[in-house]
Amino acid sequence: MAKTYKLYVGGKFPRSESGRVYPVHAADGTLLANAALASRKDVRDAVAAARKAFPGWSGATAYNRGQVLFRVAEVMEGRRAQFAAEVAAAEGITSDAASAQVDAAIDRVVWFAGWTDKITGVLGAANPVAGPYFSFSVPEPTGVVGVLAPQDSSLLGLVSVLAPVLAAGNTGVVVTSAQRPLPAITLSEVLATSDVPGGVVNLLTGTAEELAPRLASHADVNALDLTGAPPELRPELERAAADTVTRVLRPGRTEPDWTAAPGLERLRAYTELKTVWHPIGT
Amino acid sequence: MSFWEYAPAPESASVANLHDRYRMFVDGEFADGSGAPLKSINPATGEPLAEVATAAESDVDTAVRAARNAFERTWGPMPGSERAKYLFRIARLIQERGRELAVLETLDNGKPIKEARDTDIPTAAAHFFHHAGWADKLGYAGYGPDPRPLGVAAGIIPWNFPLLMLAWKIAPALACGNTIVLKPAETTPLTALVFGELCQEAGLPPGVVNVLPGAGDVGARLVAHPDVDKVAFTGSTAVGKEIQRTLAGTGKKLTLELGGKAANIVFDDAPLDQAVEGVVNGIFFNQGQVCCAGSRLLVQESVADELLGKLRARMETLRVGDPLDKNTDVGAINSAEQLARITELVEAGEAEGASRWSSSCPLPERGFFFSPTVFGEVQQSMRIAREEIFGPVLSVLTFRTPDEAISKANNTPYGLSAGVWTEKGSRILWAAQQLRAGVVWANTFNRFDPTAPFGGYQESGFGREGGRAGLEAYLDV
Repeated sequence: MAKTYKLYVGGKFPRSESGRVYPVHAADGTLLANAALASRKDVRDAVAAARKAFPGWSGATAYNRGQVLFRVAEVMEGRRAQFAAEVAAAEGITSDAASAQVDAAIDRVVWFAGWTDKITGVLGAANPVAGPYFSFSVPEPTGVVGVLAPQDSSLLGLVSVLAPVLAAGNTGVVVTSAQRPLPAITLSEVLATSDVPGGVVNLLTGTAEELAPRLASHADVNALDLTGAPPELRPELERAAADTVTRVLRPGRTEPDWTAAPGLERLRAYTELKTVWHPIGT
Repeated sequence: MSFWEYAPAPESASVANLHDRYRMFVDGEFADGSGAPLKSINPATGEPLAEVATAAESDVDTAVRAARNAFERTWGPMPGSERAKYLFRIARLIQERGRELAVLETLDNGKPIKEARDTDIPTAAAHFFHHAGWADKLGYAGYGPDPRPLGVAAGIIPWNFPLLMLAWKIAPALACGNTIVLKPAETTPLTALVFGELCQEAGLPPGVVNVLPGAGDVGARLVAHPDVDKVAFTGSTAVGKEIQRTLAGTGKKLTLELGGKAANIVFDDAPLDQAVEGVVNGIFFNQGQVCCAGSRLLVQESVADELLGKLRARMETLRVGDPLDKNTDVGAINSAEQLARITELVEAGEAEGASRWSSSCPLPERGFFFSPTVFGEVQQSMRIAREEIFGPVLSVLTFRTPDEAISKANNTPYGLSAGVWTEKGSRILWAAQQLRAGVVWANTFNRFDPTAPFGGYQESGFGREGGRAGLEAYLDV
């Protein structure tokens, strides 16, 4: 019998405030489960949870954030078979191909986990200013990031967009792939049972068409990833984001090749560089 | 004249080599624009300084086409080591004509000559020097071994630091291999047009730099031009949001340096005399017409009376008047419109119940001037505590604990800069960490350097200018 799954908000698994659910089918049309159909109110609750979790997560040491992300990878490893089965069903690929996707996804989390304590050294600087001042620049997390997860790549794509948000010290509200949400739901169970504090990641199953406009116009969302947004909706989302000068990550119109090595683009996109000055003297 | 007064020490206006008419700079030549000419006003007198050609839509097309050609034919293919030499040459020319540019900037903008001379022009030259060195080292900037330029950049800059903001846009754009079309502010186009002469003198290939004077409509056309690949804007948050909306869906790269409402936090253990100097510099530098101006003074309650006493005494010594006088501390407000905006917000502050105190210095009878002003009994909800005034007006709030200081400082949609005054090192670093602002000055204020990235959090914009980080805005990464 098909299960009915819930959302993941503030470290808990609530039903959609709207009470709605929708059927999730495999690539071959089989009914797999029912997922909660998140509403705009759920977006607001998720943003509030992400905001509440931001001081703790952004204030944690880089070492600690790295440890937590490594732990996520470890817990994912424990659910490898479940992820592979869900990815295979969702994406209609062989179980070998799905396993490869899962392994790549775990590696991706590990890769970003290793970045937490290197971002500052690589993106920051001591500035050799022309005067008797000590000046340095450090990257800091932007805040709450709204992520429209890729529609096609249900796990590798998802962690590729989520991990940099977390590694940089942000908290996130993720709208999962509408048609392929089950690996994301399992990921939320992984997050809940690893050491990620509640509210740091909030996963909403539902449609980008319904949820993205609310995320884009929300004044408490500091950055927005348009990866999984419908192309025809993007200009409108960007215009809504402009009302509060929200940072917008605009990937190409087709999904990136998630198997390619990620660069620093997403870490840069979700960080703000702070420059601090102090006089030098005796 | 008492013992303590200075005799006037005016700089000669003739040094500015002022012309009656200035023309647009497009494709390496000066040209008449098809727009209606504007009169640039001397804000210190209210009199017209010069007539300036403006760009019509067809001129925007011509300039963008020239920039595209230059990008494809000369500047784009040129090795970075060659581009570097042009930038070094431009930097030298700014230095060599520094006095002329400083006087012209003062005439056009109203800022005190000592600020134009000691800050604007040398820092503009420094930006070209710094970026000259980047042109052949982009592979080391951290964006991969061979980062590519974007193409044609559009720079739109404000009237508060006309030549310096030009340098902040043009130097990195050119260093990264882009060409640029720059729109200077309507009220301060003159030094940007003289910069065209510098480009000619430097032998810069035609079309690499184009300067289109005009009002907001010219900027809007430039932003919306289909053949522009990148937009860099410095100015108001309202216009920045409009530009972000315009570019929605186009995929063009955008960086914004917008407004601010910086808090200058004075703790009870701060060196108060130095703090007063910093607070004065923070809000009265360039008549307070600075996006990162320290317009909110947050002072710990226990030292508030002492600090405010010292502050008022110091403000009484500020000399307001002829910007060309080397003794002048506070010059003219840039335009009648800006003066009206400042006046309106100050009236709102009084109406909302804040207590106003203004320096008793006499103001010149002509021109646009405003007395250095400080408001006490300010509440966070008041307009003068929330809105950017962009004038010599300081709002004072008090706090009791460090946490309260930080929460008040961060209680703004802006996040450009902040100041911290305390002798305690650990507190400085803590406060610097807690403040949500792109620049934090501790025991100093208003320091700028081409090696130090500058830019905002939240509604103060995105992207950085200066340093390695600043190159990202002009590279396809």
